[in-house]
Amino acid sequence: MPVITYREALRQALREEMLRDENVFILGEDIAYYGGSYGVTKGFVEEFGEKRIKDTPISETAIIGAATGAAMTGLRPVAEIMSFNFILQAMDQIVNHSAKIHYMFGGQMQVPMVIRTPAGWSQLSATHSQTLEPLFAYIPGLKVVMPSTPYDAKGLLKAAIRDNDPVLFIEHALIYATKGEVPEEEYIIPIGKSVVRRPGKDVTIVSFSRMALESVAAAEELAKEGIDCEIIDLRSLRPLDMGPVLESIKKTNRVVVAEEGWKSHGIGAEISARIMEEGFDDLDAPVKRVAGIEIPDPYNKHLEYQAFPHKADIIKAVREVLK
Amino acid sequence: MVDKQTALDWYRQMVLIRHFEEKCAEGYAYAKIGGFLHLYIGQEAVAVGAINALNEDDDIVTHYRDHGHAIARGLDTNSLMAELYGKETGCSKGRGGSMHLADPSKHFWGGYALVGAHLPMAVGMAMRHQYVGSQQVSMAIFGDGSTNNGGFHESLNMAAVFKLPVIFLIENNLYSMGLAIHRDSAIEDLHKRAVGYGIHGEAVDGMDPLAMYEATQRAAERCRRGEGPVLLEAKTYRFRGHSMADPEYYRTKEEVDFWRQRDPISNWKQKLIDEGIATEAELAAIDESAEREATESARFADESPDPALSTLCDHLYATPVENGDLCRQQQAEKPDYVR
Repeated sequence: MPVITYREALRQALREEMLRDENVFILGEDIAYYGGSYGVTKGFVEEFGEKRIKDTPISETAIIGAATGAAMTGLRPVAEIMSFNFILQAMDQIVNHSAKIHYMFGGQMQVPMVIRTPAGWSQLSATHSQTLEPLFAYIPGLKVVMPSTPYDAKGLLKAAIRDNDPVLFIEHALIYATKGEVPEEEYIIPIGKSVVRRPGKDVTIVSFSRMALESVAAAEELAKEGIDCEIIDLRSLRPLDMGPVLESIKKTNRVVVAEEGWKSHGIGAEISARIMEEGFDDLDAPVKRVAGIEIPDPYNKHLEYQAFPHKADIIKAVREVLK
Repeated sequence: MVDKQTALDWYRQMVLIRHFEEKCAEGYAYAKIGGFLHLYIGQEAVAVGAINALNEDDDIVTHYRDHGHAIARGLDTNSLMAELYGKETGCSKGRGGSMHLADPSKHFWGGYALVGAHLPMAVGMAMRHQYVGSQQVSMAIFGDGSTNNGGFHESLNMAAVFKLPVIFLIENNLYSMGLAIHRDSAIEDLHKRAVGYGIHGEAVDGMDPLAMYEATQRAAERCRRGEGPVLLEAKTYRFRGHSMADPEYYRTKEEVDFWRQRDPISNWKQKLIDEGIATEAELAAIDESAEREATESARFADESPDPALSTLCDHLYATPVENGDLCRQQQAEKPDYVR
């Protein structure tokens, strides 16, 4: 099976969907001749032309609003927001409009659009390094996915483009170059299905996006000491598939939830609460959360690395729940 | 001047809007209608002139003061009043209410309640028209208050950059809720802002349906010729408060009386009589029939069923979710409340 990067998996998904359906088009800032700020759409304008690869002004409200209008009237826009942080400029469009139009008008209209955007950090300081997925996972009517592997990225992006609801597809700048197996034949990964990333029996680690990869690395290290971790990669945050998490806890009775974002009111808080409600009897120890330190991201590389969670945070948390 | 049938039809639409709005006020007073209620009384000529100038397949998005636009677009008044009453028979199945009337089959893509937020949607609809190579145009209708919102700037610029067929129609009724235009806008002739986007802009007498019709037709022709978007500014006035809760401390009775002299309905009526197009009796018959229709819509709405509580979670997703459909789980655990 070919081994490709996360970035290449996204490119394949976009290209294949554009070839399959002529109503699919991409709009966003510097996606055409610049090739996208992370190079995901490089070469697309040469292949598909300016009609389908639309460079837009730096107007996030209009990008998302226009995608919404185009989707309502029959196209399948994929809007790229250059950085997850910039999405705050379009918050009203997404939360008050894209996500609500289907329900608010009694099902008369559909909004089949995808918003692709990279999260992540790398000495970009406070306004360019945020982990904002909880803000969107909170919103009924929206679908939010955050894949960690090339295989999931390709399959989920295809599902998102074919979905008839607005889907926020959150990538991660620090994992674009990571590699994984992606089959040549077509496949789709349904939105709203968690997956067992690594089977194990001693402790469950629930995670997604970059922290799912850190969890795999942590599990490999813990395996050397005879600690067998089971990793659940959520992949979708809304709808949230708790089934595999609750199944896993029945076996391990211990759980660590690992996310990159701030701890309070985050995804880990929601997962922990759901475990309390639906899996309390299976627990032998309190749920342990791994998350970012609650501070605006500092520029200094040592401070920044300290603020975000990594493999060692997960290892420490696993040891604690096993005490 | 337009032909007699058209002239009478515009009269019918304007008086239907007026009677419908008066029925709404009544329904609100009896608490049959809840939430916010923004009446269109005084502005009827804008909707009727502008919307009748469009083709049936041109797309419209509008703001929360949307009853008049829906009626001018030909949405069934029963389904509109039922929506205001929150009933299952409403155009949005009672999920939207007064501010969210829609009927996509009539290319009426809805009223939106965040000031200026629907302008980008009209840009996207025009993007679609350009994409598929159709001759359709899209029209965004919005108030003067929207022009001070970022979405206005982003939308006009983007539409101009792509030369998209969008008519941006400002209903300048001189107040952003209670704030007078000279207190919220650096210029009061809002169509002049078109200069900043290199597009055509013009002011129109929003109390005259014919002026609105002709200006909108010219704008649509420009759009269809591929010349890009147009900014129209209808100078108009609302005779009632911003919403039913408005005590109107911010304007004088003299000012309201001045504008009431320019009532689009009585002026149009007088014009039709003066020009020998219609008789007083013909117009009175139209008026009566419109009033009956408005009354009937209120009866229909009142007698229509509320949506069943079991339908609370319907229409949340167009592509159903297999796992994690929390709405239905949460609904199943709740007692049924009937108020």
